[in-house]
Amino acid sequence: MIDLFHRVIESITLLECLRYAFMKRALLAVMLGTPMFALLGTMVVSNRMVFFSDVLGHSALTGVAIGVIMGLMDPLWSTLAFAVVLAISVNVFRRTTHAANETVLGVFLATTVALGIVILSRGGGFAKFSSYLIGDILAVSPGQLVIMAVLFVVVLAYWAVAANGLVLVSISPSLARSRGMSSFLIETSFAVLLAVVVTFSIRLVGILMINSLLVLPAAAARNLATNVRSYTLWTVALSMFSGFAGLFASYYWGTASGATIVLFSAAFYVLAAVCGGWWRGRAFARS
Amino acid sequence: MTLLGKTTNASRVCGNCCTTIDHLGVAFGRNVVLNDVSLHINCGELVAIVGPNGAGKTTLLKAILGEVPYTGSISFSIRGAASSDARIGYVPQRLNFDGDSPISVCDFMSSAISRHPVWLGVRPSLGRKCAAALERFSAQHLLKRRLGELSGGELQRVLLAMAMTPVPDLLLLDEPVSGIDAKGLSVFYETVCDLRREHDVSIIMVTHDLPAIAPHADRMVFIRQTVLAEGKPSDVLANTDLIVSLGSNLWTISRFSESVVKREDHHD
Repeated sequence: MIDLFHRVIESITLLECLRYAFMKRALLAVMLGTPMFALLGTMVVSNRMVFFSDVLGHSALTGVAIGVIMGLMDPLWSTLAFAVVLAISVNVFRRTTHAANETVLGVFLATTVALGIVILSRGGGFAKFSSYLIGDILAVSPGQLVIMAVLFVVVLAYWAVAANGLVLVSISPSLARSRGMSSFLIETSFAVLLAVVVTFSIRLVGILMINSLLVLPAAAARNLATNVRSYTLWTVALSMFSGFAGLFASYYWGTASGATIVLFSAAFYVLAAVCGGWWRGRAFARS
Repeated sequence: MTLLGKTTNASRVCGNCCTTIDHLGVAFGRNVVLNDVSLHINCGELVAIVGPNGAGKTTLLKAILGEVPYTGSISFSIRGAASSDARIGYVPQRLNFDGDSPISVCDFMSSAISRHPVWLGVRPSLGRKCAAALERFSAQHLLKRRLGELSGGELQRVLLAMAMTPVPDLLLLDEPVSGIDAKGLSVFYETVCDLRREHDVSIIMVTHDLPAIAPHADRMVFIRQTVLAEGKPSDVLANTDLIVSLGSNLWTISRFSESVVKREDHHD
């Protein structure tokens, strides 16, 4: 399957860098990852969960640390379990206490980052974990690609079922309730899915960059879109384009791929923020 | 006279549908918000819930929606048969959403009334259904607008159109007139009265606007943690001690109270 993909890519591009297997795998990772991030990003932004997804990303430090303490070969599973538990507990905590959302998240962020650093830096060995901070998409393995493909399908299936609920909850949880939807179930299931996708992607784009990948394309698209459909289309398009542009640019510039992709997204955001009003006016006039 | 005509019609209830709230209590931790609230609401009846800020009016609606845990019971009876899932239409007090969200009125309504994912686009048939619902409230021109662009009155009409699609058994309106100008206000009350008459729907309306609701409501319930007064609007408004506790202008209220009494006398 992956061999076939390699041949197709070779036959349709003349890009010299695609001679390398790692570049082909990275390209496939971008093709699977960016649309998935884009879909999740639209609702992360609409439901004001930007800070929350940032906390999820950073919690990976503690997740990895727990894995190291337990002596796991691959701390992925401990990271995953920790992120899922965190996602659920933040949602429960937010409902049972009436503390401001940002404050609660700030506490979670501080605690998970500090705990992770304390454990990982025992004996001065933090440097060997710094790859988690920046990530390396060029090191993506075929196994990881399979996981990403599965996640991609899961996200699409979830979106087909739950996106309407997420739209309604983003406007008013009580209104969603009056339509027989449980805002707790919708928000928690979304948070858990987000936790899973973010955790699997940490290795590729890094703790520092993961949230930017989620948020920037959606933030840019909001300036251009007039309805949920165009919002989704713009986000996916900007996310994928930034992904490809950033990947190739990072190859030629010798820079970290994740951060380069984010810079492209940021450039699109600025462009969209400047041209957004004019574009939306045109789109509205056409409809 | 038109107002009078509508009140007369509204009193014609089928009597087979009702909402019964029995010894309802809601507490958040040690903070008792509602205590021993009992109400019976018939179909086609417009009940105005009034009371000071923090009296538990919105909490009462949230309990009916099942959004907050409560003691006691809330039961529905539809066409004579007990039903656990009455269709509830709800117009929230205010929406706390991001005004920049690229969610059109059409997306918003479709996400509530259909399972077809809105991010794939709204089907033309569904779009027509939304437009028809909006047309009832003279808001069909808002279909393609973003929610964040709407004025208070426009948003209120959209929410009402949505709450009435499909026609609910019970309609909950929470401070529905905040952010509407005087002209929009009278149109709003007329529309709500029409709904009650045509669809025989029970309406519970939480409001601060006593003078405006008094001529339209069949019953007024004064709540402060529990039911302090209940009856015809003129009776409740005549209880000056309670009305003064609202901080309203007593003179204004008494004037309106008189006019309501006159209308009721005329009607009798």
